[in-house]
Amino acid sequence: MEPHEGQDKPHLPPPSLWPVGFAIGVVCILVGLIVSWFAVAVGAAVTLVFGFLWVRDVTGDYRRREIPAATVDAQGGAESATTGAPAIPASEGEAAMPPPEPGERFDRNMFLEGATLGLGSVIAGIVTVPILGFAIGPVFEHKHHHEVDLGPIENFKEGQFVISTFMLDPSEGEITRRTAFVRNNGFFKGKPSFTILSNRCVHLGCPVQPNGPLFENRKVQQPTKAGDVTLIPVLPAGGFGCPCHGGQYDQEGNRTAGPPVRALDRYEFYIRNGRVSLGKTYSVADVTGAGASAQIHKYKLAGPGQHVDGPEQIFYPLQPPS
Amino acid sequence: MANKSRKDEMLRVAQYPLDWLEERSGLIGGLKYFLFRKVPRDSGWWHTLGSATLTAFLVQLGTGVILAMYYKPNPNDAYESVQHITNDVTLGWLVRGMHKWGASVFIILLFFHMARVFLFGAYKYPRELNWIVGVLLVPIALLEGFSGYLLPYDQTAYWATVVGININGTAPILGPFLASFLRSGSEIGGDTLSRFYSLHMLLLPGAILGLIGLHLYLVVRLGVSSPPWSEEAAGRDRDEAPATPGSGLVNPSARGVSRRPD
Repeated sequence: MEPHEGQDKPHLPPPSLWPVGFAIGVVCILVGLIVSWFAVAVGAAVTLVFGFLWVRDVTGDYRRREIPAATVDAQGGAESATTGAPAIPASEGEAAMPPPEPGERFDRNMFLEGATLGLGSVIAGIVTVPILGFAIGPVFEHKHHHEVDLGPIENFKEGQFVISTFMLDPSEGEITRRTAFVRNNGFFKGKPSFTILSNRCVHLGCPVQPNGPLFENRKVQQPTKAGDVTLIPVLPAGGFGCPCHGGQYDQEGNRTAGPPVRALDRYEFYIRNGRVSLGKTYSVADVTGAGASAQIHKYKLAGPGQHVDGPEQIFYPLQPPS
Repeated sequence: MANKSRKDEMLRVAQYPLDWLEERSGLIGGLKYFLFRKVPRDSGWWHTLGSATLTAFLVQLGTGVILAMYYKPNPNDAYESVQHITNDVTLGWLVRGMHKWGASVFIILLFFHMARVFLFGAYKYPRELNWIVGVLLVPIALLEGFSGYLLPYDQTAYWATVVGININGTAPILGPFLASFLRSGSEIGGDTLSRFYSLHMLLLPGAILGLIGLHLYLVVRLGVSSPPWSEEAAGRDRDEAPATPGSGLVNPSARGVSRRPD
């Protein structure tokens, strides 16, 4: 290990031009790779020569190391010779400053400390607040809901469930594909009535499956402005069941067994120009009755597993905007 | 004689770059201080579980960086790019396999390490803080697993994440907001995938690295504890006076400061 006692003495190698020549040589090689092999050779020669001289220069001190470093002493002596007298330390003589007590604080000292911490926090805040806002804010913004066109009403036979898959937002693509079970209930008090169940299990959000045969031979690929809608008639005689944890629902979406805490969510719907379209989703505590005359206990959309009625609803007082 | 001085000269030349580095940075001494620590005589294989966990994490780090070079975190390409890595890219199957199975190895070793520290009573004074840091590392490591599970973007990944996020959503009061944050909105979409990707490869590994640094600092400062059946005091320095058998920890507060390398 090299001696450490030299730390407070100048320890720099004397300035040298050799590295400059070395660098020029390297540049010459690199340029030569593109321009001509001759330049590479010249560059290599320059690099080698200057590299050798540089290394020789730098290691010269090391190779002469056996000689005691008398030169340093000579330098120190020369310095005191020019000033005429050794320098007086600040703690001696008439203008001496008393050394500060350990732990003593000065106004300026504290001001600087406060300013550093204060300005640092301000800068950190200015930088952090927008970053956090960017990470969290967009999540809780209201999204614009598109109505989803499912095609003409004739595709939905009265009393028949139809598995309808559609894109919620065509601009986002297939990732927004959703499924709903749509049943035409005929007319109720002169107005068309539909039961439209979301296939999202209200336990933890897995896709619910109909318990009964699908009529694939009557499948309809209905083109709409928002991409194709697939319609497959189905007879969910045993209601609907979830493959993940065994939640079961009847044909009105009421829970009949398993872990779900409420009935299946439903879609609002509109009939425009003889076409069915879906609106927002809402949550349902339970449904009494069936078909067109069913009484739906409707609530604001809540996440799967969250109670919308009963004493447990106090656990979910607020819902993020959807 | 001349031969010997020749050899000395060679050694001196070989030593020179190391000395150069040491004089300017102290890194060599620091490395020696970190590596050549005194450990209790009867520490054994059980004490290697921490290093094993660290190694497993480093494997995840290395393989993850390379996987990120081929993976495309958007809903239309994610699944295809993982298939591409597995089937087409040279040795992609191996690196992906290392990352996938290594994740489980990391978690398993983490819990083994935790069990060892618990059963050996190594969390006791003065190492309580290190236990706390370790306990903080557990959920972050589990979150790494959760966020990484979505990335292959197949049916399993998608629905497992749906369920996982909705489980978070059922937590009282703030649950629905936490679920929205994870989902990046009210529905899973393209932003969910890139959000999970960012968490998985930047935020969470960064947090783990920081906490591992703190964890190791405390290990080095406090020393390794001896097993409960040891006759030696926990973490005794070799140059300290031998403790009487079974006397427990000797003067632990002085250990950190007195343990500079000579």
